[in-house]
Amino acid sequence: MPVLEMRGITKRFGALVANDQITFDIEAGEVHALLGENGAGKSTLMKILYGLYQPDEGEIHVQGQRVSLKSPADAIAQGIGFVSQHFALIPTFTVTENVILGHEKQPILQHAAMRRQVVETAEKLRFNIDPDAIVGHLSVGQQQRVEILKALYRGCRVLILDEPTAVLTPQDTEKLFSILVELQRQGLSVVIITHKLNEVFTISQRVTVLRLGKVVGREQTANTSQTELSQMMVGRQTIPVTRNTDHHSQNEIKLNVQNLTMADRSGAPRLRGLSLNVRAQEIVGVAGVAGNGQSELVSILTGMAQPQSGSAQVSGNVMPFGNPGALSQLKVARIPEDRLKGVIGDLSVADNLMLEQVGQFTRAGHLNRKQIREYAERLIRDFHIKAAPDDPARTLSGGNIQKIILARSLAQNPEVVIAAQPTRGLDIGATEYVHQKLLEQKQRGAAVLLISEDLDEILVLSDRVLVIFEGMIVGEFAANDADIDVLGALMTGASSEKVKTHA
Amino acid sequence: MDSLILLFAAMLRISTPILFASLGETLVERAGVLNLGIEGTLLLSAFSGFVAAQFTGSLWLGLVAAVLTGIALSLLMGLLTVTFGLSQHVCGLGITLLASGVALFAFRLIYGGASTPPALETSFVTLDILPGTAFAPLFSQHWLTYISLLCVPLVHWLLYRTAFGLRLRAVGEQPEAADTAGINVYKMRYLALILGGAFMGLAGAFLSLAQLGAFSHGIINGRGWVAIAIVIFGNWLPYRVLAGALLFGGVQALQLRLQAEGVPLPYELLLALPYILTIVAIAFVGRNASYPAALLKPYRRE
Ligand SMILES: Nc1ncnc2c1ncn2[C@@H]1O[C@H](COP(=O)(O)OP(=O)(O)OP(=O)(O)O)[C@@H](O)[C@H]1O
Ligand SMILES: [Mg+2]
Repeated sequence: MPVLEMRGITKRFGALVANDQITFDIEAGEVHALLGENGAGKSTLMKILYGLYQPDEGEIHVQGQRVSLKSPADAIAQGIGFVSQHFALIPTFTVTENVILGHEKQPILQHAAMRRQVVETAEKLRFNIDPDAIVGHLSVGQQQRVEILKALYRGCRVLILDEPTAVLTPQDTEKLFSILVELQRQGLSVVIITHKLNEVFTISQRVTVLRLGKVVGREQTANTSQTELSQMMVGRQTIPVTRNTDHHSQNEIKLNVQNLTMADRSGAPRLRGLSLNVRAQEIVGVAGVAGNGQSELVSILTGMAQPQSGSAQVSGNVMPFGNPGALSQLKVARIPEDRLKGVIGDLSVADNLMLEQVGQFTRAGHLNRKQIREYAERLIRDFHIKAAPDDPARTLSGGNIQKIILARSLAQNPEVVIAAQPTRGLDIGATEYVHQKLLEQKQRGAAVLLISEDLDEILVLSDRVLVIFEGMIVGEFAANDADIDVLGALMTGASSEKVKTHA
Repeated sequence: MDSLILLFAAMLRISTPILFASLGETLVERAGVLNLGIEGTLLLSAFSGFVAAQFTGSLWLGLVAAVLTGIALSLLMGLLTVTFGLSQHVCGLGITLLASGVALFAFRLIYGGASTPPALETSFVTLDILPGTAFAPLFSQHWLTYISLLCVPLVHWLLYRTAFGLRLRAVGEQPEAADTAGINVYKMRYLALILGGAFMGLAGAFLSLAQLGAFSHGIINGRGWVAIAIVIFGNWLPYRVLAGALLFGGVQALQLRLQAEGVPLPYELLLALPYILTIVAIAFVGRNASYPAALLKPYRRE
């Protein structure tokens, strides 16, 4: 008998059917992967299982008993744990406070006892964590472990992880998987949502594929293949992009960044004399573990922050800092790290598309609506955006929001493209599309700076790979002779000399 | 020496209503609700406490009435901002206007156009803790003053040492996270509002039933707004809120003293002094204020 079963679950948001008669079950001690494109309804289904959404139709059974899950408290009582796509942690609280929150056991907090229990729970899973650390100061990987601890502390028997690896480094992903194996050994069940097919084969025993809110396949993982799964997911064959290697190391330098330094609000250095350059017709990838200065570099190059010192040139012209409008003039296309900040949710798709060129669509202070609409319709067609010009941007799926940003910035034939985590959280179809577009820009002659925590992405696209560590570039490789182990070591701070002697 | 002790005694007395109000506001804001209804809540509590005491002849019933008024107005604030998710700014100001209007209207109904403010025959008496010593005046305060001081460690303990406080802070920092942790965000915010409302009721009661033993429309005189500022000054920490309340009370006591001694300064300037100081203090401290992250944000589960 499955530990948990969902039968005929339907969930509607207005006219949209996010889940359509979905049947799903979880066996004791299995890792069950849940796959599907952006917007397929994976998170919705799991939120229903955690009591965050109420289904319009359908039943949920736990250990054969029908249950009603009106809130997370009900789900927790049924032994269900959930680590959401966006962590549900309180950054100003300590690890211990976060773990016990809502499950304190006594009205008066016994700090010593609580701390001990947290450490013990962590030890059962064979990892260490400082129970007194402030969660906001932890790395993403550590925060995720706090989330898992939280679920286990509440005695969960089924742990749901919504895209847990989207934000992890390869090292942290490995660590997560070893924790999941340990959980499984202890008889727990895990549901894992992911867009990365190789992970499905590494960790799961069964896999369910959703498309447009319906179950389109369920297999023993051992009996299926990556090709079969991706075909089920998108309904067609996918072809991963291939990079053409014909770039010229003699091309003119289009983006030249020198000696950037920047400190955060507490005065801690975030960038320490960072320099790099990107030539025409070249993609340069910046690889690194999150929090080593990538965000700061991106904020500076997208005009959102000022460095303490340093300079940058675009095709020989000085790049003014902290002035995004001037960047548009210099033909620097920006794909920001957080795509939700790149669009204005309440404005229409059409308005978002022309946002950087308002001047072109204005006559004597008046917007030329007809022209804006035509422009939007053209971009929607060219970039295959699944939306109408008048839809508010916030109602779009992640992949389509990203397409708006791409369309807006790439339609202007940029000289330089700054792409920060351009495919984070996107499904394979959308990822492939973004990669295609970046390669097109390179082909056209633009200089592309790609900042990504996804090492595979960097290796697939870049002509040259730079490694960033603690605010400096600590390594440079031609794409062809970048060794994953050496890169990984540099990313975590091994000095380049050491790495070379070991390599 | 004696005059210094008298000054400190006045500081404690003047700080009391501010302290009650700021502690109440601290609790509410820590849960993520900015209660701008505080000014009106103080006024209507002071009034209802006064009327209840006068008609029943019992100060204690007056006190209960004031506290219940504070709670009732806070529940209204909860209904509008927590349940309906409306703007906290707008609803808070609305409640202040409503409560002030009700107080004015009821006053007219009961007392007509009385030219001198009505007063109680007896008000709460002061408690002498160290009679006969040099410090006697300092410790000759209303019992509510002693209570207000005791409430500081109590609120601190509640916020940091109890499960209730942990949940309350969680709801004010990241309601989504609290919800996923199985906490009822709405319930916690209502509980915080109720507690905060009770404190505001005590502040109002102190003014009309203890300090003045009378009621007039100017009785609150901006103390609610000052409390809002002091919460920011105190960075939402009970002990620092105490420091802020004492600072305000101290400057107020000092300016009263200066007025009494006939210092050659325009009295308007002296009157404004505590408020000017509040603004200056906020300007310095407020820049590093660590606001509860979810302050002003209504919670909706999508
Ligand atoms: N609260 C909501 N209100 C309206 N529509 C919603 C809401 N939540 C989800 N949707 C819509 O329901 C559909 C399914 O969304 P869901 O978040 O479940 O997708 P997903 O499979 O998790 O996608 P992703 O891989 O991008 O996380 C999408 O079209 C989404 O826009
Ligand atoms: Mg999702």
